[in-house]
Amino acid sequence: MRVTVRLFARLRDIAGAGELAREAPAGATVGAVWAGLVAEYPELSPYEKSISCAVNADYSRFTATVADGDEVAFLPPVSGG
Amino acid sequence: MAPLTAITTAPLDTAALVRALDTTGIGAVTTFIGLVRDHNLGRRVLHLEYEAYDALALRGLDLIVTETSAQWPTVRLAIHHRTGRMEIGEASVAIAAASPHRADAFSASRYAIERIKQIVPIWKHEYFEGGDVWIEGATADPDNTEARDQALRIACA
Repeated sequence: MRVTVRLFARLRDIAGAGELAREAPAGATVGAVWAGLVAEYPELSPYEKSISCAVNADYSRFTATVADGDEVAFLPPVSGG
Repeated sequence: MAPLTAITTAPLDTAALVRALDTTGIGAVTTFIGLVRDHNLGRRVLHLEYEAYDALALRGLDLIVTETSAQWPTVRLAIHHRTGRMEIGEASVAIAAASPHRADAFSASRYAIERIKQIVPIWKHEYFEGGDVWIEGATADPDNTEARDQALRIACA
């Protein structure tokens, strides 16, 4: 299946794009999508402990399962205000 | 009428934010405006660029309005956050809180800005004299009750 990965702020800078289309096996979790990205962009690895994630623009968990066509977003620590 | 919550690239209009609130039975309105500051951590800041995950950031603001209503049932809240490039002194966030009595309006407003900094997916890219850096604050997790309690304590101090 295919998912759209969204990256923001420093994560976007590291990957060089804010939106990536990636293949994921059926039943893959958000965590597995992240692991695939880290394999591709090792510089993302230090963010493992501090990022949060969203699926289809709703807060999610790394243990959540993703479906074909989902938008999976990884969010570095936020700094609005 | 302005929406109660918004993520926008347009300059913020606090008066419009206040007008968006239903003031039936209201005795006090507080406004909070966050500005782009000319210094941060000893650096001379030149300008900021704010980036947001717009769809989720709007949901985050709506969630903060819901949380605030649960805590202060008579308070009405409006929050607008701006994104894109902003110069020193420009408003990046505006909050208006209306309440029958002033104490709850002040508390709700303080709670809202603390929660924005905790859970809303917006990031500051700081351009300072000598470089630029992404500011990274809190790991966004609306279910983190410890963070929520901390925001409440600050709001009610």
